[in-house]
Amino acid sequence: MPKTVIPFGPQHPVLPEPLHLKLVMEDEKIVEAIPAIGYVHRGLEKLTEKKEFTQNVFVVERVCGICSAMHALAYCQGMEKLMGVEVPDRARYLRVIWSELHRMHSHLMWLGLLADAFGFESLFMQLWRNREKVMDIMEETAGSRVIISVNIIGGTKRDLSEEMLAKIPAVLDEIYKDLKQVESVFLNDYTVKHRLVGVGVLSAEDAHALGTLGPMARASGIRMDHRMTGYAAYGELDFEPVVEKGGDCYARTVVRLKEVYQSIDLIKQAIGKIPEGEINVPVKGNPNGEVISRVEQPRGEVLYYMRANGTKFLDRLRLRTPTFANIPALLKMLPGSQLADVPILLLTIDPCISCTER
Amino acid sequence: MFDMIRNVLKNMVSKPATRNYPLYKRPSFKDTRGRVGGNDMEKCIFCGICSRKCPSQAIKVNKTEKTWEIDPFKCVICGECASVCPKKSIYMDEQYTPAAYRKEKSILVQPSEPAVSDDRVIA
Repeated sequence: MPKTVIPFGPQHPVLPEPLHLKLVMEDEKIVEAIPAIGYVHRGLEKLTEKKEFTQNVFVVERVCGICSAMHALAYCQGMEKLMGVEVPDRARYLRVIWSELHRMHSHLMWLGLLADAFGFESLFMQLWRNREKVMDIMEETAGSRVIISVNIIGGTKRDLSEEMLAKIPAVLDEIYKDLKQVESVFLNDYTVKHRLVGVGVLSAEDAHALGTLGPMARASGIRMDHRMTGYAAYGELDFEPVVEKGGDCYARTVVRLKEVYQSIDLIKQAIGKIPEGEINVPVKGNPNGEVISRVEQPRGEVLYYMRANGTKFLDRLRLRTPTFANIPALLKMLPGSQLADVPILLLTIDPCISCTER
Repeated sequence: MFDMIRNVLKNMVSKPATRNYPLYKRPSFKDTRGRVGGNDMEKCIFCGICSRKCPSQAIKVNKTEKTWEIDPFKCVICGECASVCPKKSIYMDEQYTPAAYRKEKSILVQPSEPAVSDDRVIA
């Protein structure tokens, strides 16, 4: 049978971000997938060398809108380690609360996009309506919907008032109730299961060998979550990563769905335990030396490498985002699958191309 | 399947989650970072900390001519200038920046102090 090449992207209705895949097809079956990235490269790593290390917080936040709080957290944690700054306890808890809110809105958005990809428009609307409640909390507490700019080197910029600490669990309860209603559609609906179960199976060995991260790895049965190391205040919270055995699109959906509940639980725990006190400490001097900092994002683990030279400017900042690590797994899953499954397969790695290209 | 039907029926009788936007606007939350509202030129001492801290070099301060200018098209609305201002003369606005036709900078000039009339010399 003659082979044909079908381009998927860089502009495709299922994904607003520019990922280009050349799909080598035999009839409707994919034989090979060749990826091409580089459509939204902005040179942010280079830009960080031109800005002062305090200004870089705002630069790294703009690597990705969806997980901006975690990018800033990873950068700030690295800098604090380098400069020997002890972050106040309250700030550590605030960082957890905002990070988990980010994870919630990212997963709710992803679940909605998945529903849209398999053509379930009303489910998509249900999830995005719930996501809007999280976005409103974010705007009310931090002043902005996505790029919340709360993390600074030495703590956080804003505090949560008593009123907000009482309001957030109430809103989360509402989201929990609404999500429980649509949960069974993802888990039990015949049509939805038909699109997800057994599609794009990634075994635990493959997932480990290809270096997948985050929900991708956890759906394949690998118990790996950087939050287990207890950075920020995660060490003081009751936490167990969500692990599924299936390794298919269904398992990845279940992992992300359960992680929304887990985030609700973590935020409530953090609000229950949050201590009184300062939210940031003044930082003096310039960083010197090199450091690696890692943080668990909604899509997996992000890695920051920073080298400072004792001046205000960094020598080098390098970041590896989870989508970059998950693309090899996508290329492993694509050959052998049907063309109609490509949007679902692509979405289940939760690609963030602007993260990947920086 | 029936879960979703129940949900759909509930949504048919409940009020919409969206707003009829241009007619009904949601009021902004308190302390939302909408845009840099401006600089109170009466209070500004032209120290230039805001322009040094600005991550996008959107602010220019001229101490001799007593001018303070911001390029709203460079500004990333991080709110750093307002938080570092020693006199708290820069303030944030809760409303977002409206769309503009031209890329104009907003230049503020400190009004010159009224000349002090020295009556004693004349008298």
